[in-house]
Amino acid sequence: MDTRLNEVILAIVTTDSERVIHSSAPVFYARDEEERERVALLLSKITLGMVHDLANGCFVIVKH
Amino acid sequence: MENYGRILVSGIAVGSIGRLLLLRVDYRQYPSFPRGYVTHLVLGIIAAALGAIAVPALAEKEYTAVTFLALAAQQFREIRSMERDSLDRVDGTELVPRGSDYIEDIAKTFEARNYIAMVTALTVSLTVYLSGNIISGLLAGTMVFLSILLSLKGEKIGDIAHVIKAEISFDGPLLMVDGVVLMNIGLPKVRQKYLTRALAVRIIPRDDNARATLGNIGQRQALAHNAAIQLGIRKDVDEPEFTPIARRNTESGDIVLAIFAMEPDIECLVEAIKQTPVLESSKRKPLDSPAGRKAAD
Repeated sequence: MDTRLNEVILAIVTTDSERVIHSSAPVFYARDEEERERVALLLSKITLGMVHDLANGCFVIVKH
Repeated sequence: MENYGRILVSGIAVGSIGRLLLLRVDYRQYPSFPRGYVTHLVLGIIAAALGAIAVPALAEKEYTAVTFLALAAQQFREIRSMERDSLDRVDGTELVPRGSDYIEDIAKTFEARNYIAMVTALTVSLTVYLSGNIISGLLAGTMVFLSILLSLKGEKIGDIAHVIKAEISFDGPLLMVDGVVLMNIGLPKVRQKYLTRALAVRIIPRDDNARATLGNIGQRQALAHNAAIQLGIRKDVDEPEFTPIARRNTESGDIVLAIFAMEPDIECLVEAIKQTPVLESSKRKPLDSPAGRKAAD
């Protein structure tokens, strides 16, 4: 049987460390906007997840 | 016995030709060619043979032959589940899946086509038996075949809705089409691609029946699949951002769809959407009920 986790936040990429507290998903801090986008893209390619923007300096990678 | 030979051969021949005419390989590439084709052709011939053999068997007072037809029905149900299983299994490897409703619809069609072959063969053999004339058998068979075919002809999306070009915009990270939110797209480069090269349409239902039908999630998946197959889709497995999604405007019941197509031609997209079949399982007719009619006033 094929079991998957869908609609789950796989990772969080943020430039603002104060925005994320006690995350079950791994959090990646980025120094600036450029690094944030780069890390999010790389993570999405690794996990086959999708990058969503929370519009507060955080990207979340979600598997759909 | 010679007479029965004529009855059988003409029945089987017309029924099989009928099945062959229904086997078209179009953009769906279904049934697959050549193996899927052969499977269905052979099953069609068997169906025609079962239909054709019933009349001589009954003429010889072999009433148990009727159980043959029951066997045939069982056999055709098997065809439906065979189609369903095989399509279900490969659906996971599609860039834009068909969805279970579309698969069920295809499987039902294949089952029904075998019944058409059987009924056509039965008609031909019965007419040849009664009239003793092969030509009248052929005519009767053709008439029955065509009338069943016409009565089974399903609706297309173009029959129940208007399809027009729609505008793509962004509200922050939210991809919107004509004001309806489709999804949240994080990466600015992807947003830029959507703004410059993606296509979008709005599907406006003609009445309440169409609104209920288009709301069905399986029907919307079929729309996305058909659009992606015909226009080509710019997407790979590691780019879920480019999955075509059809969302519903909950105020008006309109459906909007955005697609990142290989061939960004809006007229072709509108045509592909219009030609998508209305799935049997998604069809709803609230206007046929007293409450639905009253509510629509």
